[in-house]
Amino acid sequence: MTSLNEQLPPASSAAGAAGVAANEAVAPRARRRYSADLSALGEPALWGFGGALALGIIMIALFLMVVLYNGATTFWPKPIDRVELTDGTVIAGVERRGTIFRPDLPRLTEEQRAVVEENDGFAYRTLYQTANFDLYGDDFRWVADFEVAEVTQPADFYYFERQVWGVFVGRIAGMQINGVPMEYDAAVFRREQAAARDRFREIRRLERNDIGRINNLIERERLNQRRAILRQGEEAAAPTIAQSQERIAELQAEFQVLQARVNEIRALDRGFRVTLEEVGGRQIEPEMSQIVRYFAANNLSWTQKLGIYLSRWGEFVSAEPREANTQGGVLPAIFGTVAMTLLMVIFVAPFGVITALYLREYAKQGRITSIVRISVNNLAGVPSIVYGVFGLGFFAYTMGGTIDQLFYPENLPNPTFGKGGILWASLTLALLTVPVVIVATEEALAAVPRSMREGSLACGASKWQTIRYVVLPKALPGIMTGMILAMARGAGEVAPLMLVGVVKLAPALPIDGFYPFIHLDRSFMHLGFHIFDVGFQSRNSEAGKPMVFVTTLLLLTLIVIMNATAIIVRNRLKRKYATGQF
Amino acid sequence: MQDTLEFEPTAYHIKTSDEGTALDIRDFNLWYGQKQALFDNNLEIQKGQVTALIGPSGCGKSTLLRCLNRMNDLVDDLTITGKITVDGFDIYAKGVDVIALRKRMGMVFQKPNPFAMSIYDNITYPLRVDGVTKKSILDETVERALQQAALWKEVKDRLNDSALGLSGGQQQRLCIARAVASDPEVLLMDEPCSALDPIATARIEELIEELKGTYSIVIVTHSMAQAARVSDNTAFMYLGRLIEYGDTNTIFTNPQKSRTNDYVTGRFG
Repeated sequence: MTSLNEQLPPASSAAGAAGVAANEAVAPRARRRYSADLSALGEPALWGFGGALALGIIMIALFLMVVLYNGATTFWPKPIDRVELTDGTVIAGVERRGTIFRPDLPRLTEEQRAVVEENDGFAYRTLYQTANFDLYGDDFRWVADFEVAEVTQPADFYYFERQVWGVFVGRIAGMQINGVPMEYDAAVFRREQAAARDRFREIRRLERNDIGRINNLIERERLNQRRAILRQGEEAAAPTIAQSQERIAELQAEFQVLQARVNEIRALDRGFRVTLEEVGGRQIEPEMSQIVRYFAANNLSWTQKLGIYLSRWGEFVSAEPREANTQGGVLPAIFGTVAMTLLMVIFVAPFGVITALYLREYAKQGRITSIVRISVNNLAGVPSIVYGVFGLGFFAYTMGGTIDQLFYPENLPNPTFGKGGILWASLTLALLTVPVVIVATEEALAAVPRSMREGSLACGASKWQTIRYVVLPKALPGIMTGMILAMARGAGEVAPLMLVGVVKLAPALPIDGFYPFIHLDRSFMHLGFHIFDVGFQSRNSEAGKPMVFVTTLLLLTLIVIMNATAIIVRNRLKRKYATGQF
Repeated sequence: MQDTLEFEPTAYHIKTSDEGTALDIRDFNLWYGQKQALFDNNLEIQKGQVTALIGPSGCGKSTLLRCLNRMNDLVDDLTITGKITVDGFDIYAKGVDVIALRKRMGMVFQKPNPFAMSIYDNITYPLRVDGVTKKSILDETVERALQQAALWKEVKDRLNDSALGLSGGQQQRLCIARAVASDPEVLLMDEPCSALDPIATARIEELIEELKGTYSIVIVTHSMAQAARVSDNTAFMYLGRLIEYGDTNTIFTNPQKSRTNDYVTGRFG
């Protein structure tokens, strides 16, 4: 550009000179610049645009890396350190993290103070997961560098994950097989522990399924009795009640049999114990069935570590939580999140699409339509907690309360639908996301070319036929985009759910084997709320911290999977209805 | 749009005679809001012949064409006076079944606009919206319409492929096949070749030649050469007014009005 500019002036001045020669009165032509300056080319703005994009990408990448790193490494087995302190105490634990801190100098010994003062009053400390909560009353301990006399990693230290009381770190001192104490033998222990776990699962299965079924049936009989009394009056219902009482007696007999079987297994189980010894020498004797997983943390080959890592992930995605959600799995939360999101889509899709269809295709475009449209757009900006309050007040208390009075009077004053539940939660979220769907659908409908509609109308199709056969198929990918956005927003929303049905620990899933199989009135667990609960509401937030990252990773993965599925479906539709080569 | 029937819709498909007036436009005025677009148009379109509407851009020829099957109903704020009659029925009378009217008037648009369906479904669309489900009738119609549109040989082996995979010229011929599928009386063509290359244009023009007689054709065109080649009668419009209407030969060789002369000789437009 500049070289062109430099070449031109001599030529133009030559032309000017010729002009002057021809007519003296004409002023020489003003020099004209032929190149655009920097601001006209937009180069500085380009740096700004690119910079903004780069900043956004860096922040997202950073966030993802933090989540991915912490989430992916949490389950990797880490070594156990045996730390001897200068004052003679010995602790054993897994190193969690470290920070620099400023120790309280007067409380330190002479030598320690000298070390700290050398470092300008700062020292480094490490957080050890010492576990053994039942013995120590605490799971974690800070150890400052200047206190440490010696750190070793003894090979005979084991890491036990227990059904209750969390982790135990220590040695195996011995075991009891069928009530007979004996020396520890790795092979025998492995076999007996597996058998004990099988017994544990057997008990759980009996309690959950068989006894659960009987309890469910007894509860239904009890409700039937109450219903009969409410409908027919005390006297008329007497035969029904007598019949029902008989049935309950039968069920209770069945219950006794099962309970006896459970007690039998329990009694057997009590004979199989393992003696564990913590680093200070104190011993406990838990039943083997209480040990979920154990490994010699300092004596693992790479493949063994991988095995433990995968087994922990397996437990995480397929089991129920233990220890106030800080351990075990999140299956109920995964199930709750997916079920709620899908239910929400089922509600929001027809509702949003039909609304948008009317608004765009049938309603007379004018002031009122504009007001409606602006209101819908504004709804998208209402804080989600407001929807939660509305959902609780309208759906749960008003609608649910009415349903209870009409259909479940026998259960009152216990609410059936008149409290938070998965149905109300998904309806609340549907309400929250419906503006997204309406706006996206409207745009998709508006983007269908006029020539398509005209072609159909000219064929003698009615307006509805045109919409049904030509407009909607063409707009479907755009509508799907709206659904994807709605799903992404709905799956990640937590605040309103806390009011309309999410709980810390749901005793049962919304779908199970008991009549009527799908229980939309039940409260449920949600991964988003799980993160909040484990990280910030738990008695032991340090223990829950790694779970926060793992659960975040899982929630992100889940949302990515759900969105990816929707995007694949949309692209398939797009290809089907793609405009031709014209 | 009124859905009440004043007469049997099938009445539209009966051809009363093979000669005479297909469409009669009388004192037709049209306003878009406050702006008048058509002024006192009077035109008789002959049965079985090709009538070309020519004129410079914005002269109202497309508007007039789109009034013939009431496509302009889609436009808000439209005012109309005057009459357009088809076999004595006033198509702008109250209670006219617009859908039945459009079945009687096939229309081909400027840009090919096949639906995102298979070739087969595109052609059977006018029948299917009419409630025809019998496979034999649909099959028969597809073959007839495609043969009429001179597309049968090219697509008979891939009737279930997407219509969007066809070339532009083939798409336009498919649209013609779709327009003739319901066996209309009148074929309205709104600059059907303006988006096509010369070879595809020649194919369409040949097609118009073949379809003439079976259908009364009204074609809006920008190209005077095309009007001269394909039409029997030509109407010249200018600024919403019908300036001159007559035999194509006369219009092009011996126009009565000086403005027509100026236009056909290329002095303006």
